[in-house]
Amino acid sequence: MTTTEEAPATAEAAHDGEIGRDRRRKEDRRLITGRTRWTDNIAPPGTLHLAMVRSPYAHANISGIDTRAAAQSPNVVAVLTGADLADTQGVLANAWPITPDQVAPEHKPIAVDRVAFAGEIVAVVVARSAATAADAAELVDVDYDPLPAALDLRAAADATPENGGAIAHPGLGTNNSARWIFDSGEAGTGGNVEDAIAAARTDGIVIEREYRQQRLIPAFMEPRSVVVDPTGEQITMWSATQIPHITRFLLAATTGVPESKIRVIAPDVGGGFGGKLQTTPEEWTAFAVARRLGKPVKYTETRSESLLAAHHGRDQWQKLTLAARADGTVTGLKVELLADLGAYVALVGGGVPVLGAFMYNAIYKFPAYRFDCRTVLTNKTWTDAYRGAGRPEATFAIERLMDELAVELGRDPLEVRRQNWITHDEFPFTTVAGLTYDSGDYESATAQAVDAFGYEDLRAEQARRRTEGDPVQLGIGISTFTEMCGLAPSRVLGSLDYGAGGWEHAEIRMLPTGKVEVVTGSSAHGQGHETAFSQIVADRLGVPFEDVEVLHGDTQVAPRGLDTYGSRSLTVGGEALALAADKVVAKAKPWAAHLLEASADDVEFAHGKFTVAGTSEAKTIQEIALAAFAAHDYPEGIEPSIDAEVTFDPVNFSFPHGTHLCAVEVDTETGAVRLRKYVCVDDVGTVINPLIVAGQVHGGLAQGIAQALWEEAVYDDAGTLLTGTLADYLVPSAADLISFDTAIRSTPATSNSLGAKGVGEAGTIASTPAVVNAVVDALRPYGVHDVEMPCTPARVWRAIQDGSAS
Amino acid sequence: MTRIELTVDGAKVVDDVEPRLLLVQYLREQLGKTGTVIGCDTASCGACTVHLDGHSVKSCNVLAVQADGAEVTTIEGIATNGELHPLQEAFRECHALQCGFCTPGMIMQSADLLAENPHPTEAQIREGLEGNLCRCTGYQNIVRAVRYAADATSATTDGGAA
Repeated sequence: MTTTEEAPATAEAAHDGEIGRDRRRKEDRRLITGRTRWTDNIAPPGTLHLAMVRSPYAHANISGIDTRAAAQSPNVVAVLTGADLADTQGVLANAWPITPDQVAPEHKPIAVDRVAFAGEIVAVVVARSAATAADAAELVDVDYDPLPAALDLRAAADATPENGGAIAHPGLGTNNSARWIFDSGEAGTGGNVEDAIAAARTDGIVIEREYRQQRLIPAFMEPRSVVVDPTGEQITMWSATQIPHITRFLLAATTGVPESKIRVIAPDVGGGFGGKLQTTPEEWTAFAVARRLGKPVKYTETRSESLLAAHHGRDQWQKLTLAARADGTVTGLKVELLADLGAYVALVGGGVPVLGAFMYNAIYKFPAYRFDCRTVLTNKTWTDAYRGAGRPEATFAIERLMDELAVELGRDPLEVRRQNWITHDEFPFTTVAGLTYDSGDYESATAQAVDAFGYEDLRAEQARRRTEGDPVQLGIGISTFTEMCGLAPSRVLGSLDYGAGGWEHAEIRMLPTGKVEVVTGSSAHGQGHETAFSQIVADRLGVPFEDVEVLHGDTQVAPRGLDTYGSRSLTVGGEALALAADKVVAKAKPWAAHLLEASADDVEFAHGKFTVAGTSEAKTIQEIALAAFAAHDYPEGIEPSIDAEVTFDPVNFSFPHGTHLCAVEVDTETGAVRLRKYVCVDDVGTVINPLIVAGQVHGGLAQGIAQALWEEAVYDDAGTLLTGTLADYLVPSAADLISFDTAIRSTPATSNSLGAKGVGEAGTIASTPAVVNAVVDALRPYGVHDVEMPCTPARVWRAIQDGSAS
Repeated sequence: MTRIELTVDGAKVVDDVEPRLLLVQYLREQLGKTGTVIGCDTASCGACTVHLDGHSVKSCNVLAVQADGAEVTTIEGIATNGELHPLQEAFRECHALQCGFCTPGMIMQSADLLAENPHPTEAQIREGLEGNLCRCTGYQNIVRAVRYAADATSATTDGGAA
């Protein structure tokens, strides 16, 4: 079944239920009036402030730390080094060792005798104000003996002690952390890719390319902040994090403090995009210092510290071999990947390329596939999830290759995609990577996008500009993508050696006044959970949207949860809530039957009311809630409560998909790229709130386009981050972007009762190859076949010069 | 310490401050005006935007002592008698915010923009907001909200004149 959902024209259009209604967000009132509770707004009385002393060297032995001058400064309470906190600072865990023999250095929050990246913490200054702590941090005198730094990913992968290459952690003797392989021939999900390539070399087409996924910085707007209060019976941590539950578990597991003595609160959190999916040296340090001193402590990073030390994303080299028959039918893909971990294996950092491994085949049904990945340690900031996490890299590779194949064949790139994609009548479809795609309709989404884009007219304009030799050329880029969302079935995670499950927990409390308290283990940081989850519960229980209150982000309020990442909130957390609501109704039914003096079999529930067939008798669910609170009169053998809890473990991933079309104008004299038009049609399954879905797509597009055109974390030859401020790291502004033409289709997912597929990462995953394909398409007449990201004017201009020369 | 006297969100305040104290730090730490936030340290992001004598400034780029004698308005001071400012209403109506961290600065900058140009084009809005970064929305709904507020305000003004 396929339906097209368009946002209602009026603000709050008349609507029977809550699903699909463009409700204005509940969260907004506090956010637009400045009554938000950010972590940096919190300071219990007597709070001490922390400033971190960070290494300016990418790799060095620490031969001495003189803290005396700092310690003697006015208002300084303590200066602590890694050695001072050796017994209590714990370690930072890697929750996803992707192979049993993965090589990983121990990661102490504060380095003790050696630093492995510029920005690593070597000491912490504790003072009565943030300003005095920062002043005193300048006085800590650290003696460093610099060591050779492993900085270039490909060189680091080949370095050995014997060949004299720099080793990021000399004690490990190698920079290679893990090698992870998926081979469809070995897995029994397809054929042997080498056979496919050999056959294509004989009488088909082989496309070989290398693509670089540059290093990116998530650059959430709210810098990370942490407050730890050790007074009272529990140690309370407020943190700007996506993962309060995982943080509490790992604090307990690595410091020896029982979980029951730790409460972690994520108050209002200002964006994450994967960048706050981390357990951090700063959190662990604050925790250790608060315990040591017995006083509340607070640390808020500066933007420069954030860009330097909060984890980065992407940073991969892809070597790709695509095999096809002469008629354009793809027969196999081989991926050889290097992934830069940075200095340490972060929480799920090693697993990021593994998430991509299942997506290189994308929406296509070719029969042979091999993915061979090495994760590599270097002396740079650690890398981990950034919006899309592995899937943007995979999508970029295959979508760039499909364009290259089309050029090789001399055919329209849309046509080549059509020839190779899974058709709507082939679902469910088990892919060469072993996943079962449950639903989708690539043909319809593409047809709608092509129509809205004015594809033929733009192709005609392109041809005209080419003929006329216009210095401003037009390029058209295509990306037909899918992704795996709704992380994740726990058994699948177990089979991939991930350290936790993928379930989510929900609780619904029916209050005696008729209001409804909803508790979710999913922890929001801008997604609009309070609104969307209210809609789900209001819809299922038939109660007013305004009467639902969503509580989250506090391990004491929401004790069970696995937090927010991987577009999982709606498909896993939302589904848990929907099932909990169903359970409330089921528990309320015997109460209703009892109070209506009817058989439970005759009682029906709809629109918030229990009714008896053939009578006008009715009890609302609110009336039942009050009756259950009083508990004066209810059937024997049931508990006096209609509250319900559900832990939902998904049975499959969900697979949003879409077609993205981008037109750019490239000034061939300056290399400047201008976005001209962007159209996308995304199938995200059932839409709960179209307004929120559109917002997610817009923001995702901006980030994906930014990877294509502007953003890159750049290091110099000494391992110093050159893009350490927002003046250097080019997060796009309103003036850089255009208004996008976005549309949503809904082929419901079959893996959850909502039919939802997830939308948080779609725009980011799809847009990067659409934009780069457009840039390259504009420059084909100049002999250009690739432009390395980001496609800056300098790179584009250079590509034109090199292409024209060849 | 230096004595300063100023008006913040309509209330007169007198304080002794360190000469190096930034206006944003003064607002947040001394006055508890935590609606105004700090997003960077290079005046690049605009999250801390407030009005100083009616014009937008990045309050991380102004010393508290420079605000001596001035009138400062923050996001906490633009609603009147519990009624939202047209831009606050517009941001909510148009879903122009997600995490909301940039929102106070974005609204204050938008107010300045509309004060200078009550009927901006899309391009003028985008240029006018260039100094304020948002990582969530892709700006599309922010642009929409500014136009919505401009239309709403002019409708009110026209109505009043009629």
